[in-house]
Amino acid sequence: MSAVSTPVRRPRRPRREESGSPLLLGHGRLPRVLAGTALTVLAVVWLLPFLWAVATSLQSEQDVMKSGLSPFKGAFTLAAYRQIIDRGNVPTWAFNSVLIAALVTVLTVAVSTLAAYGFSRGTFRGKRALLAVTVAAIMVPPQLLIVPLFEQMTTFHLVDTYAAVILPQVVAPMMVFILKRFFDGIPRELEDAARIDGASELRVFRSIVLPLSRPIVSAVSIFVFIGAWNNFMWPFVVTNDPDLMTLPVGLATVKDAYGIQYAGSMASALLSAAPLIVMFLLFQRRIVNSVATTGLGGG
Amino acid sequence: MTTTAPAGATAPPHASEAPPEPRRRRSLTGGGALFVLPFLVFFGLFLVWPVVQGLWMSLTDASLTLHDPEFVGLANYAEAFGDPDVWSSLGNTVVFTLISCVPLVVMALVMALLVHSGLVGQWVWRLAYFAPYLLPVTVVTLIWTWLYQPDIGFGNQLLTSLGLDPVGWLSDESVAMWSVAALTVWWTVGFNFLLYLSALQSLPVTFDEAAALDGAGAWRRLWSVTLPQLRHTTVLVAMLQVLASLKVFDQIYILTKGGPNGSTRPILEYVYDVGFTGYRLGYASAVSYVFFALVIVVSVVQLRFFRQEG
Repeated sequence: MSAVSTPVRRPRRPRREESGSPLLLGHGRLPRVLAGTALTVLAVVWLLPFLWAVATSLQSEQDVMKSGLSPFKGAFTLAAYRQIIDRGNVPTWAFNSVLIAALVTVLTVAVSTLAAYGFSRGTFRGKRALLAVTVAAIMVPPQLLIVPLFEQMTTFHLVDTYAAVILPQVVAPMMVFILKRFFDGIPRELEDAARIDGASELRVFRSIVLPLSRPIVSAVSIFVFIGAWNNFMWPFVVTNDPDLMTLPVGLATVKDAYGIQYAGSMASALLSAAPLIVMFLLFQRRIVNSVATTGLGGG
Repeated sequence: MTTTAPAGATAPPHASEAPPEPRRRRSLTGGGALFVLPFLVFFGLFLVWPVVQGLWMSLTDASLTLHDPEFVGLANYAEAFGDPDVWSSLGNTVVFTLISCVPLVVMALVMALLVHSGLVGQWVWRLAYFAPYLLPVTVVTLIWTWLYQPDIGFGNQLLTSLGLDPVGWLSDESVAMWSVAALTVWWTVGFNFLLYLSALQSLPVTFDEAAALDGAGAWRRLWSVTLPQLRHTTVLVAMLQVLASLKVFDQIYILTKGGPNGSTRPILEYVYDVGFTGYRLGYASAVSYVFFALVIVVSVVQLRFFRQEG
């Protein structure tokens, strides 16, 4: 992975993102118009599936089945949404999704920041080898683990429990690697001063390293949360009880059970997408900035 | 981070009797192993152990039904290499990787450059391009199943309204993989876009300004100043994307179940089919290790390639 590591972090100008680089387009009018057109066309293409889904979800099943390019073929109705909510499972699945994603995020961030600090500052035996194994684990396809993990959960009698859904997701070698690289960039002098004052290692970590790492920790939290919220395969395999399913898994079972109901499918799809879209709307600047601070984006 | 480090952070004068230990020695108590321990427990239990377990299983005839697996040596691997389904699903995986990676890198770059060019309404563009990435795979496939629907789906409605013939988006063997790739580009390009955008935002403007003063036009500056500065990001995005595309499974499994006629079945779906529907866990493990070997080879080749470039 060494080709990936970025050498020097450049100082970042604050707040430049909203202006962008005006130089990129030169001073002419034409490039501006062309770029604006391209942006708009691409954005429309990217939003079209959403708009189509919204329009479909707001009609009755019969109206949806009429042909015609216009997304609206009949009267406006909230019937599909009402039907889904009446069916009762969606609130349970939403609750499960929030609970599971939140617990996965908290556990993963706790375990990973500690490990990254240990890898960054530690001097214990076998550190290099362990770090190498951790980095190599980034390449393991998660599907490779499903069969053995399932056997393991059966042995521990954990199938159909929250623990089974949550615990395996806490292993995030990529996040440990990203955090470690960030910690490596924090000058040790700050910590040494605290150590000389007699602070314990945990204390140094908590009151010096963590506060300095807020941007990276929020970046990692956001990506772990999105990952856990959207994870499909593992929760699908390890839960059979509808009361334990997450939204993505529950929706997949509804689709199978009820055949194709387009208005209903689109309504449930949009319901389960809404929380993350709202989250992105609220935090988007922080999300974009946080990608930069992971060092993934930096030149 | 910030440069608030105290100027003389060496040992204070009164501590000078102590032997001049190198500074690293004063690092972590117990060498810091305790910090890594919780992670190691999770890592060992839920990653290393299953990997080892899977490797062992690949040498046995383990199945979901039969309970005492017998050691069969390399028989599963021998069978995998002679199995035409392994080769065809590997082929599908490679085709998918080729046709998805190029647009996923190029379009992400174009989107980021356009958004970065300073036109108003940044947050609208960012939301438009990144929003699909926030959707769970089931939602994405639900929406696209609807768009690809043969009679009343948006795709064919559009084609017929333009006077063209409808297309079997998911039923035509020569089209289905492209449909899957289009869905994937729509769904995931936002992540690469964000990586490029934040890289662009952290580039120093000085080179750009200097080139502009020297009279370089917009295109010239794009080619000779901006794109070269994005090299590291492109390397990273391309490498991550190839690995991600090779691991494709979820959207294909839900969208087409690998059909029509196996034409979109990736290797990981074959593993899943053999293991969970065919009950041959030992053989499924062997096939997944063949795939894992491929992933490692591709990673090493990429690293070599990009290191030479750099």
